[in-house]
Amino acid sequence: MTNQKITNNSAETNSPFGGQGAFTSTFVPLHIENVDTDQIIPARFLKATTRAGFGKNLFRDWCYENDDEQQPKNDFVLNQPQYKGTILVAGKNFGCGSSREHAAWAIADYGFKVVVSSFFADIFKNNALNNGLLPVTISEDFLQQVFALGEDQTLTVNLEQQSITIDATGASASFDINAYKKTCLMNGYDDIDYLLSSIKEIEQFEQQSV
Amino acid sequence: MALTLFDKIWNKHVVKNIEGGPSVLYIDKHFIHEVTSPQAFTGLNKRGIKVFRPEQTIATADHNVPTLNQHLPIKEELSRLQVEALIKNCAEHGVELYGLGHPFQGIVHVIGPELGITQPGNTIVCGDSHTSTHGAFGAIAFGIGTSEVEMVLATQCLLQSKPKLMRINIEGDLKEGVVSKDIVLYILSKITASGATGYAVEFAGSAIRKLSMEARMTICNMSIEMGARCGMIAPDETTFAYINGREFAPKGSEWDKALAYWETLFTDANAQFDKEITLDAADITPMITYGTNPGMGIGVNEKIPTLAEVNENDKSGLEKSLAYMGLKQGHPIKGQKIDYVFIGSCTNSRIEDLRMVASFVKGKQKAAGVEVWIVPGSKQVEKQAIAEGIDKVFEAAGFQLRQPGCSACLGMNEDKIPAGKYCISTSNRNFEGRQGAGARTLLASPLSAAAAAVTGYIADVREL
Ligand code: SF4
Repeated sequence: MTNQKITNNSAETNSPFGGQGAFTSTFVPLHIENVDTDQIIPARFLKATTRAGFGKNLFRDWCYENDDEQQPKNDFVLNQPQYKGTILVAGKNFGCGSSREHAAWAIADYGFKVVVSSFFADIFKNNALNNGLLPVTISEDFLQQVFALGEDQTLTVNLEQQSITIDATGASASFDINAYKKTCLMNGYDDIDYLLSSIKEIEQFEQQSV
Repeated sequence: MALTLFDKIWNKHVVKNIEGGPSVLYIDKHFIHEVTSPQAFTGLNKRGIKVFRPEQTIATADHNVPTLNQHLPIKEELSRLQVEALIKNCAEHGVELYGLGHPFQGIVHVIGPELGITQPGNTIVCGDSHTSTHGAFGAIAFGIGTSEVEMVLATQCLLQSKPKLMRINIEGDLKEGVVSKDIVLYILSKITASGATGYAVEFAGSAIRKLSMEARMTICNMSIEMGARCGMIAPDETTFAYINGREFAPKGSEWDKALAYWETLFTDANAQFDKEITLDAADITPMITYGTNPGMGIGVNEKIPTLAEVNENDKSGLEKSLAYMGLKQGHPIKGQKIDYVFIGSCTNSRIEDLRMVASFVKGKQKAAGVEVWIVPGSKQVEKQAIAEGIDKVFEAAGFQLRQPGCSACLGMNEDKIPAGKYCISTSNRNFEGRQGAGARTLLASPLSAAAAAVTGYIADVREL
């Protein structure tokens, strides 16, 4: 086994965090626990063969009474215009269940850049990171402080410093992110680029282990 | 150093470690299906590269295929397009496809083991969370997203951080009428739907050792329902006997070589886990879920919890679940009327499951007004069921034996439970809308499902 350090000099970036590494936004509070990926994007919308356009079906069955979209459920937060912004704040164990990456695509396509929760399911977390969507894990206590805020309040997420701040109160929490994933997000590059650049080593590994 | 089963397999598959980051993990077997692969192939095509190791990639069509008239073209247009895209992608990239009409077609997690592709010591991935099923053979097997499917297609590797390790021991003897599905629903009810998030779980203990391979698969299958990265069981004589002679199992001297390695795959006596839980098999009764996540289960003779009984943080979740399910706090679950029975999915659609149901319903009839769908996990299971006359037993009971696929487990094809209807299901998820918009799912074992089919309500199979 060899150890290798990641370096990337690519100036080009498609990451929302590229350059400044921090941004401020109002947030959408989804005060529900155990939100599974079947709710985020129901199975009947998984039939596309491209990655585009999943945002319009985000939380579809919580947004509408029926598939004809005639009756929006007005008590659902995405249908309440006072809540806006590019940060989604959700209850614990967000993204559990099916591995469908369509869930991360739908959230990103809808326009969210960050999802905040006190707990994320594993596969969802990976899928989010692979799509430039930042999962921010904070304590249950800090999460409840955020839920208690009014609708015009803003949060500042700083990926560089790995912190999230309630701007009105100055209360701040730090979050963990794997150093490699952080570099990827800041620079907007992918695991697959890295793996493809390692193909010689992979071939060598295959030779040795047969 | 004392190593766990997980460590032994992991260590053998690390190509290299990235400083401050994940490891490059080599993947032995990659299963793909029509729903989570098209965008991955598009990615490869955009880069102008081919599948790196097509012979380690196995494809099937299962998630949205119809379960009636599979010989006809798929009526639903979007489903047909996805299946056609899979056929085209596999052909272009030289990947073996067990598509509709192929004698090996079936649910991806049923066919891997039954064909002998799934083997101890393997690393196995698929763009499907229930890939954890394959861990029953002593493999590291886990679900991945589509970007990761693309990575494995392109390089046969993934970037992975090593999870924490947990061991769940089930000791002692199971009571009569209690089967492996009850064990896993019981564990879930104890540790909750997020109780194993971030962990790889090894299931061990005397009760696990006594289980057949199919029963072990049911448990590992639902380890993802605890949030686990993967579930696994050390291979033993039961495992080796199951694999021996299957289509893609090693043969002759290859078998001897493989077996010698497989026999080293167990957790060393003093190996350390980050967390360890031990439960008594004798405490488990037939289980049933009442809520909208798989951790919300109780014994069939217990009452649905009341708001007063649960933690402050869980109250709103319980209230929301019960409102969706149309069930009342504090009420017994036994006696709840049901409308549909679904026996199928990668959790419980193997031949032993069908045999279990058939031996219970033989000579009995389904209750009036109940619709019963039995969906075998694969063409081979279907063929075997017919060879054993199980189809006749179902027919006489008024059960419908359909063709293989995921079916009402996720309702991506036509097999949906109508809004507001109750379905007792042997699948793995009771999420809102999982079996169709507004459908109400109660998860249970095949035996409990059969008991509900003949009575028309939730019943204790031991009393029938
Ligand atoms: S049967 Fe259900 S859980 Fe299993 S692979 Fe198919 S959809 Fe997923």
